[in-house]
Amino acid sequence: MRQKKSILGNDGFQSVLAALLCIMVGLLIGFLVLLAINPAGAVNGIITILKNFWNYPSHAAAMKYLGNTLVKTAPLLMCALSINFCYKVGLFNIGAAGQYVAGAGLCLYAALAWKLPWFVCLILALVAGAVFGTIVGFLKAYANVNEVISGIMLNWIGLYLVNMALSNVKEQASPYTLKLASTNPAAVLPTMGLPALFSKNKYVTIAIPLAILIAVAVWIVLNKTKFGYELRATGFNKEAARYAGMNEKRNIILTLMIGGALAGLGAAFLYLTGFEEWSCTQSSVPGMGFNGIAATFLGGLNPIGTIFSSYFIQHITSGGSYLDKAIYPSQISDLISAIIIYLCGFVLFFKFTLNKRLAAAADKNGQNANAVPEDAGKTETGKGGEKK
Amino acid sequence: MSEYAIEMLHITKRFPGIIANDDVTIQLRKGEIHALLGENGAGKSTLMSVLFGLYQAEEGTIKKDGKEVKITNPNDANDLGIGMVHQHFKLVQCFSVLDNIILGVETTKNGLLQKDEARKKVMALSEKYGLAVDPDALIENITVGMQQRTEILKMLYRDNEVLIFDEPTAVLTPQEIGELMQIMRNLAAEGKSILFISHKLNEIMEVADRCSVLRRGKYIGTVDIKSTTQEELSRMMVGRDVQLVATKGEAKPGKVVLDVKGIHVASKAHHNDAVKGVSFQVREGEIVCIAGIDGNGQTELVYGITGLEPITHGSLILDGKDITKASIRERSQTMSHIPEDRHKHGLVLDYPLDYNMVLQRYWQPDFVSGGFLRAGSIREYSDRLINEYDVRSGQGSITIARSMSGGNQQKAIIARELDKDPRLLVAVQPTRGLDVGAIEFIHRQLISYRDKGCAVLLVSLELEEVMNVSDRILVMYEGEIVGELDPKKTTTEELGLYMAGAKREKVGV
Repeated sequence: MRQKKSILGNDGFQSVLAALLCIMVGLLIGFLVLLAINPAGAVNGIITILKNFWNYPSHAAAMKYLGNTLVKTAPLLMCALSINFCYKVGLFNIGAAGQYVAGAGLCLYAALAWKLPWFVCLILALVAGAVFGTIVGFLKAYANVNEVISGIMLNWIGLYLVNMALSNVKEQASPYTLKLASTNPAAVLPTMGLPALFSKNKYVTIAIPLAILIAVAVWIVLNKTKFGYELRATGFNKEAARYAGMNEKRNIILTLMIGGALAGLGAAFLYLTGFEEWSCTQSSVPGMGFNGIAATFLGGLNPIGTIFSSYFIQHITSGGSYLDKAIYPSQISDLISAIIIYLCGFVLFFKFTLNKRLAAAADKNGQNANAVPEDAGKTETGKGGEKK
Repeated sequence: MSEYAIEMLHITKRFPGIIANDDVTIQLRKGEIHALLGENGAGKSTLMSVLFGLYQAEEGTIKKDGKEVKITNPNDANDLGIGMVHQHFKLVQCFSVLDNIILGVETTKNGLLQKDEARKKVMALSEKYGLAVDPDALIENITVGMQQRTEILKMLYRDNEVLIFDEPTAVLTPQEIGELMQIMRNLAAEGKSILFISHKLNEIMEVADRCSVLRRGKYIGTVDIKSTTQEELSRMMVGRDVQLVATKGEAKPGKVVLDVKGIHVASKAHHNDAVKGVSFQVREGEIVCIAGIDGNGQTELVYGITGLEPITHGSLILDGKDITKASIRERSQTMSHIPEDRHKHGLVLDYPLDYNMVLQRYWQPDFVSGGFLRAGSIREYSDRLINEYDVRSGQGSITIARSMSGGNQQKAIIARELDKDPRLLVAVQPTRGLDVGAIEFIHRQLISYRDKGCAVLLVSLELEEVMNVSDRILVMYEGEIVGELDPKKTTTEELGLYMAGAKREKVGV
């Protein structure tokens, strides 16, 4: 019975195609903005952004900066996985940003104040994120509070709580937390020889392969396990899940708890490398959690796809910093990456349009004369929904 | 002038992979009642959507009064005087009857509503066609029958000449159905042309002049009602001979399986209980049917029994065990539930068929080991059910449930629920929206299940089904059971009186 479909009909292929389309449109609009601000440097500008670490002429330097991009890809990927995981259950975990903050706060505090080793810090980051996620989950399950609202509000609570707590372990003269490598070397994530591949970039740690492994694990949990079956059923149709005897409340809480744990762990993947310090005076929630939303959609809502989309988004973000500051004001690099990332969120729209086009094309060909209109069933639901 | 009000000639409408209408021609004479008969998925809805401008046909023409017309959106249809009463009414609940009728075509003066004239026109129409309504009553407070009359007045108010009735009798009591038939005859007598979409043969026989039959998107033929029989119509519709009345032997009731003792279930819609102290028993080897008009607490009663809603008072005994507070999962060990709304509860539409087949037992060791799904056994199990219950789909087990026809979706649910081998089967409207062939199949399944010694609780709004399939009828009205009837000794008229609340007796306990 199974018909050989054209590659265009394949869901995975469509996702990739839609993602590429998004990227192209994003780059085009970014280019137009550059053109509008200063036509002289536009072509070079967009190439600079795309080149990122290849802007360095020497292979060694390029590898080193590729390492830097990867270091920041790991936390982004974790945030994207957090959002992806929850999204499959029908929950929009915009609170990933706050869960990330909570993870960063606790792991840094544990590392700098309590001088705990890296693996304990890692676990604490996971726990902190999970606690934040669980709060949102409880509110959603038992009080039906929209997870977007409670998530966003918790983001700010988390930010100021962490700013306050980490002020105890910051440097005297600056708002930044103490250097991890000098304060507590035991808390720095092990590198397992990875820096050798990236021109001795010491920030390249096990965080990167670990994040990729976790992405694969998330895919397996969602698609191959009983737990994933329940979660996706809940995401697709809450009522049917309840009818099947699934514990909806428990699943909502567990989902957000796991989502929170992923985001929290993501923070540890960055801050326990010593690549960055926390600024205790920052007044905005780190963008990692929000960029994760774009990465999730660009990745076609597939954990594996998310690995690549996270890298791309980080690539663009890092690339933006190489824009010629003499031609463009310094904010422009962020603006351009933001525009491209914004367009990345349009993947579903592109995919939808693509599908419609394909359907129309198939329609014209008029193959397969099997007259069982599915719309009969659909109209029925539509009507049923209106009746109240 | 043409003899026909509307002609749809050689209409072909394709969807990806499907021809929903394949060279369909129907011609609606002026002043006739023309029935459109077909199974679910036969293409009736698509055809009407084409007439309404919701879809564009690839081939074919539409003529109004002999002149070719283009209908590209519903407004065009409206301008041509085509109106439709939808199966589920499109009324604003908190507006009055009059407000609903004029909605969208209000007469205004300096931006202020002018309702007096509208009221006069509505009252005149109401009198002319015998459509009794109270123009100032709010929709939420009037009966379904009056709501339907409001919908009809809406069409008449817009001076529509062609009236489409989409399965109009589904929500009515037998008495109201009688009234509707009379109204339709009046309308036709006044020169309105009526398209009557239905799959109820007896209604078509009673009211229609001619009947066009569709099957699997193809036009089968048009017959004069005077010179045809129900049997012939059903053969045209299904393509084979169908047993219209389920044959079954005498019920042999055994031990009590389900004992419902004075249960109350709260309502989501209002503060009163939807189920008010209902008591009854279902025994082995019998089919007990809860009859009643939609919205009299049947849905909530089933929710209470299956665990989807908590029981606030009273108790529930299944096979001697108190399950009043048991979880859905605990209940589902011995109870199967064919839900009222297959899209809301019965299926995860975006899951493939095999995942849906194990929806009630995916957690059992057969299908899970070490937390991982056993894809192979799930597929095997699903393939077996597909075979046994003749569930048809494009790609077998891997078909996404959403893409299946309503009848096959329902068959899949029935396969899943019956294969659990339950002690009690709760079937709510199991044949809703299905065609004769599928109904026959489902009725046979219910009866054979009963004969195996299983207890069946059937909730149905279809009188024919209630009379044919059940061994005992309980009538529910406003959250209470108002009568217990023996289908062999009662008539549809008597049943209708109970359903409408005109007659009641104290039953139960």
